[in-house]
This record gives sequence, structure tokens and C-alpha cells, in this order.
Amino acid sequence: MADMNRDRPLSPFMIGPYYRPQMTSMTSIINRITGSGLAVGALLVVWWLVAAASGPDYFASIDWLITSFIGDLVMFLSVWALWWHTLGGIRHLIWDAGYCLDVETSEKLGYCIIGGSILLTLLTVIIV
Amino acid sequence: MAFLTDRKRAEGMGSAKSGTEHHWHMQISSYALVILTPLFLLTFGPQLGNDYETVIAHFARPWPAIICGLMVVVGMWHFRQGFQAVIDDYVSTMMTRKLCIIALACFSYGVMAAGVFALVKLAL
Repeated sequence: MADMNRDRPLSPFMIGPYYRPQMTSMTSIINRITGSGLAVGALLVVWWLVAAASGPDYFASIDWLITSFIGDLVMFLSVWALWWHTLGGIRHLIWDAGYCLDVETSEKLGYCIIGGSILLTLLTVIIV
Repeated sequence: MAFLTDRKRAEGMGSAKSGTEHHWHMQISSYALVILTPLFLLTFGPQLGNDYETVIAHFARPWPAIICGLMVVVGMWHFRQGFQAVIDDYVSTMMTRKLCIIALACFSYGVMAAGVFALVKLAL
């Protein structure tokens, strides 16, 4: 059984030394990065909620943080990451359903993610 | 270990047999989040920067509280499963990998619990 716990080989990281960066691989890796990065935004949002539940004094300090320049920047990037990850996720759901798997359509969808995420982020900032 | 045959050493080293379920659960939460994300941005977004009384009154209403609660719970659940795939891909040392997965669970459920607690307290 001790053998089962030994370190297992990793699949090689292909992009860079073996594979030239491609539109499909880049949009896919950004999906992973945005998903991971959204933990920061989620933590800030929940912290803000906890602060609101704790009382006006604590709320004021966290509200100041989240509406400061740094807080605004993190929230802005989080909104973009959220839209990117949503659109990228929808592309994954389409792929999983068995559609749009050819390279040409995948690349078209990639451009939709890039443009759509920027557009939706700006819309969110303007409307919300 | 040198006395084991290659076959014996390879046995049990295959897949974890839970990959299909993991993928299916990711799909379920993805579909939910496609709907929840716009609703969350529309209900939560405008509250950032509002004064204390407005925020308290807003989250005491059912829809903003329910949408925000679902977003926190489903979102963190989705994050736990998604980030575990990242750990599985990039962390090779078995002990480190296990510690990372445990830490991830603590973080995800911790954020989830804090968010739900805050929302319940705001709503009641």
C-alpha cells in the first residue's frame, strides 16, 4: 500500500517548450486563471457581507477598502474575470454537448469570449 | 519493493474512478452559475458603495438575499471542484497535493459558511 502513496508522474506542461501558444489553448488557460483568481473577488465580497452583518463601524472600514482605488481595481478585474469565466464556461458546456469542436469554430468562439467579456464588463460597470 | 512484479506495482495506480462524477457535478454547477451570475451582478453590484442602512435594507429583502446566498454556495462549491483540478494538474508531491486539497476545502467551505452566516444575520 505504501507504493500507492508515492509521487505520481504529472502530465507534461505543453505550452511553451513543446507547443506554440495558440488561440484555443490561450483562451482555455485564461479560463483557468480567471476561475482561480475569482477566489480573491469572492473573499472580498463575503468579507464585505460579514462586515455589513457585524455593524456600522466594521462595515465602514471594509466599505472604505472595497471602494478604494485598489478595491475598485480588484472589483473591476473580478467582474471581467467573472464574465470571461462565464463565457469560457459556456464554450466548455457547448463542447461537452458535442458541438463546435472543430478548430475554426472553436477559434471563432474564442474571439467571442475576448470581445464579449470586455463588452459585458463595460456594460456591467455602466449599468450597475 | 524490488520483489514485486511490474504488474503488481501498477495495480491500483489507474484512475480514481470518480472523474465522471466530478465532471458531471462541474456541469451542473456551471449551468446554475450561467443563470446566477447575471442575476448576482444586477442585484449585488449596485450595493457596493451604498451606505450602511441601504445595504442592510437591501439584503433583508428575499430576492437579493436568496440570489446572493445561492451565488456564494454554488460558486464556492464550483470553485472547490474546479481548483482541485488545478492542484491535481500541477502539484506532483503526494503529501503536498493532499495538504493543498484539504486547505482548499477549508477555504471554500469557510468562505461559503461566512457568506451564509452574514446573509442570514442581515435577513433576520
